[in-house]
Amino acid sequence: MPVRVPTLPAHPLHRLTLDNGLRVVLAPDSTAPVVAVAVYYDVGMRSEPLGRTGFAHLFEHVMFQGSAQLPKLEHARQVQGSGGIFNGSTHLDYTNYFEVLPAGALERALFCEADRMAAPLLTQETIDNQIDVVKEEIRVNVLNRPYGAFPWLQLPEVLFDSFANTHNGYGDFVDLESATAEDAAAFFDSYYAPGNAVLAVGGDFDVEQVTQWVERYFAGVPARTTPQRPPFAEPALAEDRHAEVVDPLAVTPALAIGWRVPDPVGDFEGFLPYVVLSELMSDSDASRLEQRLIHRDHLALYQAMYLGLFGDPFDARDATALMFQAHHGQDVSAGQVLAAVEEELKSVAEEGVGETELARVQARIAAQLLRQADPVLGRIQGFAAGELIHGRAEFATELPGRLAQVDAGSVAAAASALGTQHRAVLELVPGARA
Amino acid sequence: MSLLGEDPSAMVLPPLIEARSARAPRAAAATLPNGLDTMVVRRPTVPMVEVRLHIPLPMANSRTAAAAIARGSLMSSSMLFGTAQRDQRQLANDLAAVGADLAVSADADRLLFSTAVLRTGLSTVLDLLAEILTSASYPSAEVVAERDRLGQRIAMALTQPGVVARMARSRRLFGDHPYAHTMPDPSMVAELDAGTLRRSHRDRARPYGATLVVVGDVQPATVAKQASSAFADWVGPARGSRVLTLPDFEPGGITLVDRPGAVQSNIRIGGAAVGRRDPAYAALKLANLIFGGYFSSRLTENLRERNGFTYSPHSGVDNAAAGSTFIVDADVATEVTARAVHETWYELGRMALAPVTQDELDLARRYALGTLALSTATQAGLASTLTSLVGQGLSASWLADHQKAVAGVTIADVQEAARRYFAVSSLATVVVGDATVVEDSLRSLAVIRNPE
Repeated sequence: MPVRVPTLPAHPLHRLTLDNGLRVVLAPDSTAPVVAVAVYYDVGMRSEPLGRTGFAHLFEHVMFQGSAQLPKLEHARQVQGSGGIFNGSTHLDYTNYFEVLPAGALERALFCEADRMAAPLLTQETIDNQIDVVKEEIRVNVLNRPYGAFPWLQLPEVLFDSFANTHNGYGDFVDLESATAEDAAAFFDSYYAPGNAVLAVGGDFDVEQVTQWVERYFAGVPARTTPQRPPFAEPALAEDRHAEVVDPLAVTPALAIGWRVPDPVGDFEGFLPYVVLSELMSDSDASRLEQRLIHRDHLALYQAMYLGLFGDPFDARDATALMFQAHHGQDVSAGQVLAAVEEELKSVAEEGVGETELARVQARIAAQLLRQADPVLGRIQGFAAGELIHGRAEFATELPGRLAQVDAGSVAAAASALGTQHRAVLELVPGARA
Repeated sequence: MSLLGEDPSAMVLPPLIEARSARAPRAAAATLPNGLDTMVVRRPTVPMVEVRLHIPLPMANSRTAAAAIARGSLMSSSMLFGTAQRDQRQLANDLAAVGADLAVSADADRLLFSTAVLRTGLSTVLDLLAEILTSASYPSAEVVAERDRLGQRIAMALTQPGVVARMARSRRLFGDHPYAHTMPDPSMVAELDAGTLRRSHRDRARPYGATLVVVGDVQPATVAKQASSAFADWVGPARGSRVLTLPDFEPGGITLVDRPGAVQSNIRIGGAAVGRRDPAYAALKLANLIFGGYFSSRLTENLRERNGFTYSPHSGVDNAAAGSTFIVDADVATEVTARAVHETWYELGRMALAPVTQDELDLARRYALGTLALSTATQAGLASTLTSLVGQGLSASWLADHQKAVAGVTIADVQEAARRYFAVSSLATVVVGDATVVEDSLRSLAVIRNPE
């Protein structure tokens, strides 16, 4: 008997666009005296020019280094001294900045975001400091540990061809070290125009009041030309691809597989079944690959199949990928794991998905989306990414309903399509001894 | 420039407005006839429920600790392999069908079950939890396979520098106390079998002293009924709680763990601290924030924002059943290792010797109060916060008491806490890094000790 899946209470959305082009989404909700602010800029790792790998992420760091009215360290002090938290992150197609605060600090948070949208301090001194910090971030997450950034950093080189899609988004040290204040000013001028950004505010506030504040602080940011975004789409692979990478710190092997998938924006309808497929294959102990690779055949120590390099299906435009990764013992070959994954996909394609299994997967998807939407920050991040990537903040509200409508036939068709196309395989070979 | 907008350079920082303050959550508490405590909070923000079940484990002694950690680890990772009524697959299917993904973990203090579930599936999850507790089957073949996987996962973990550093600090601080064992010993895991796990489960998974925490779109009265019906058959004798006091350790010097070729060094510092019940806890928490507990701290300003030595330096207070520990973590470039240790010690010394400013205290206080409210504003955040309090035998009312205590902390209180807990002479310092590169310069700062 399938469980009745409850849905999210509807939160009203209010939208406006300022004269300078800034798109604003307001999502009031008074269940807790908490607010969240997020600014999404339409520039990510994929927009970095040749010779400037890692620049989008470095620039994200620099945006915390002060602005016209707030000297270095002051942004953090204002937010944290208001009882709030903050962070930023760099993705393939956007860079975001966000705060969560007690409701009484909302005006101050808007001031801080507007101040750096208008005029961040871009000095060589702070850039040099943040180059050092970013190098340590790369060492801690990539260079000084086994499986560092595997496979998001390494698999794209096998699966894609263009510089935009294959280069190291964390950045080569040579590129990072040569970054200058002039580069930063040019990058800011091109990509951080208000017309290239979305501001989302959620939580406990009065819409009229916040509309006034938004206009007060952001309308003065001068309009600038918004950049033309080149397409990052790539043609389908003409053959299977295979590569190996030696990890000098790893003691056990790992495997990654990537498949091209439909355009998540232009062919949203065609993309959705892959989301359900990845959950069916890999989410929770009940999934096909967990059952097969872990419990039945004892082939892997860990498995995950997901959409998008970072596991969020909806935060990237075309080209994106269905990803699989597994860690396995030395006594198992990558070929065995690969064959088992392909067999399981084939079984979905040929034998289909039963109603009970699909209902189970849909329940898990609904639960995960609801849980993400509980924190006010999770909700407005959905709205902001929806507005930026999919052109509609409402995208986030409608997504659970759209996913719930994906039927068994389209999931099987997605699995079948994967079987007829070429994929990229990357083996991580351990270079250390246990 | 827009007509509506003002010149940003002419604007002043807007004031903070006292918003309606977050009320400390009130939990409906009850004890079932079998001794299981329940703590339920209605929080209908989304139609979901967060469930935690905290079962305190009898503390091992220095002789049995390593074996207990190994057993607890394999027991928790094998516990969902089936029950008297269901095999692994059926159990996994039935949990997923209500949107749940149950996780089981164990450490020296407790067994912890944790999941979120659709509102409509709470009673199913409680029934399945009870079934697992009363009849987990530990099928032999599956346990053997998991034992092999766990051994390999431990081997993988031991190549992570963060894991190595944490183990080295724990051994240095806790000597032969069970807390010295932060990772199971692979050779001890290899000797376990299903029968041992079954016996261990019967002996440890008992209702007395355990707490069920439920937060979400529920009516507390309904949950009370569901829980008492679900857990009616889970019974077992009470057991006195026994906690081994944390041992003294020999402070000073630098323990150096060689990791040839490392491009970073992991600096780990630790020392004694007071826990949530202590009157000095609020002052210690604020002292910790000012020192290194958040971005606007002295440590971050120095190591990261001034010197660029590290990405994410951090200090904190770890609260465990047997006591609390002050910790400092920083992963720094190999070539600046000794300078980074020196700057960290300098900032610790400065905290211990001189008063903080009123601005620093006010900032830290507002952050502490604000983030306490943020962390309890979500179902998952509140459930985890309450579970963590349960681990020290505290109830939800501690949150309101702590808010009051934080509000009253003075500069003198902070300095007293820093003097007692941040003095470099009372702390242990551990560095994991490439000894051939870092040892000489570290020797300029202190005597180098071999790892325990």
